[in-house]
Amino acid sequence: MTVESEYNPDADRIMNVALGPQHPGAGHFRIQLWLDGDFVVKAEPDPGYVHRGEEKMGEYRNYIQNVPHLERPVILDSCGILFPYALAVDELMNNKIPPRGQYLRVIMAEINRIVSHMYFIGIYGIFVGHTTMITWAMGDRDFWIDIAERIGGARVTFAYIIPGGVRNDMPEGLTERALKTCDWFEKRMNEYEKIFFKNPLFLERTEGIGVLTKENAIRLGATGTVLRASGVKHDIRKDEPYSAYPDFDFDVPSLTAGDCWARAYVALQEMRESVKIIRQAFKEIPSGPVRLKLGPQPRVPAGEVYARSEAARGEMSYHLISDGTPRPYRMKIGVPSFKNMIMIPHLLKGVHVGDIPPVYWSQNFWPVESDR
Amino acid sequence: MQAQAQAPPPQPAKTKPLADAILQKFPGTTVDYVREKRLKVTTTPDKIKEVALFIRDELGFDHISCVSGTDWIAKNEIEVIYFVGSVSKPGQEAIIVALAERSKRDNPSVPTLIEVWPGAEYHERETHEMLGVVFSGHPNLKNLLLPEDWNDIPPLRKDYISPGR
Repeated sequence: MTVESEYNPDADRIMNVALGPQHPGAGHFRIQLWLDGDFVVKAEPDPGYVHRGEEKMGEYRNYIQNVPHLERPVILDSCGILFPYALAVDELMNNKIPPRGQYLRVIMAEINRIVSHMYFIGIYGIFVGHTTMITWAMGDRDFWIDIAERIGGARVTFAYIIPGGVRNDMPEGLTERALKTCDWFEKRMNEYEKIFFKNPLFLERTEGIGVLTKENAIRLGATGTVLRASGVKHDIRKDEPYSAYPDFDFDVPSLTAGDCWARAYVALQEMRESVKIIRQAFKEIPSGPVRLKLGPQPRVPAGEVYARSEAARGEMSYHLISDGTPRPYRMKIGVPSFKNMIMIPHLLKGVHVGDIPPVYWSQNFWPVESDR
Repeated sequence: MQAQAQAPPPQPAKTKPLADAILQKFPGTTVDYVREKRLKVTTTPDKIKEVALFIRDELGFDHISCVSGTDWIAKNEIEVIYFVGSVSKPGQEAIIVALAERSKRDNPSVPTLIEVWPGAEYHERETHEMLGVVFSGHPNLKNLLLPEDWNDIPPLRKDYISPGR
């Protein structure tokens, strides 16, 4: 083939641009863009810059040794990624978790959901040039991290939810402080709504942009906030209740617009529900032990399970195969960011270059999580 | 196992009819397990598309949850499993159907199911690079998470040893 035969005046208009991986917003992640003037004609995500082979690592370690490294991909939502792992191992071992352990699991998972959503909303502010939101969100997030630190002993990666229960009990006297934080945070979220979600500038940047229809959300396998913003009321905490979630009264927020604004607003609504759950859990937490004594190398019977839970970004799932040896035979981690990654090429097609940041970030996409 | 010996497990009221429907329509499939919220059926690569369309259209499992693969090195087989859930059919939200197929380890080739569940595209790409399964009909089987110049056997195969191990 000669150079002349490849020359195509139409194709000549198209410019190929790489967004990332060093772009401050894209994270450790690249999006290949094909642009026609100011419009995207094709986009292709290119993950893998932070792939560390968590699934292979899992095959070399036993079920307890796997706990600390598994939470590394999602340090913002470390309980969210450990929860289904613990559920999977508990199901294989037929563990009956003490009620207090179940409640503590829920408390930490919901605190992590708030911490993760606050980061999401804060960075969203940066993406659309709203500096107040990042400073508010990053500052207020710390009050929740403080409570998580009192329970889990660390600020980011707690290794708190483990097979057989939780690692330790919460300290005495925490309930009062947590309930105060809940009251304050509920008022604070109304302020977020006024300054950010109802802000004309934010509305202009996000309303009607990057619309994902309900049919496409289901067809492409969207999950989490992306799915619920498109009008599908699907939440595993309600649909397949696990742990102590059946005990709590909460709603599943869902919006029908499916645009960038809806995907952000549904996260705020979810935090309101999380606060409701945390308040009920702290008030009604039963006394008793918090974990089973499993030992450092528990015997896990041979079997195959598929456990899932609702993490901050969506459905987190583990396909775990045990062959009766101390280590898993196969551990597949199904992470929500990977499941939602197909939305990036789908939604970026045809958008204006200026709309790439809100469309990309509204997927609540976390490259480290998708790479594992 | 011990718990089963003591008392018969409760009959899974929702998944048992699904398993029966699949078995009746496709007698060649095998049902690996039927639990309260989980159901696994195994079929062959040449039948999988028909079974997948039946599961999607007749049984209402329209939402892909995950695609996983396992290297059964002792049996010289590679298993590919599609986990599909249902978000639009009421009463089935809790159920996950696992649709599995096995092919020979030396040259694993199975048809792609992205026409049935378009969301499976990246999952299949990942299974391809990690286990070496070729999804025939897939539009783009480039490496996704692995480097472009990966020059070794697929890393999630059991005979791949991680560096330093």
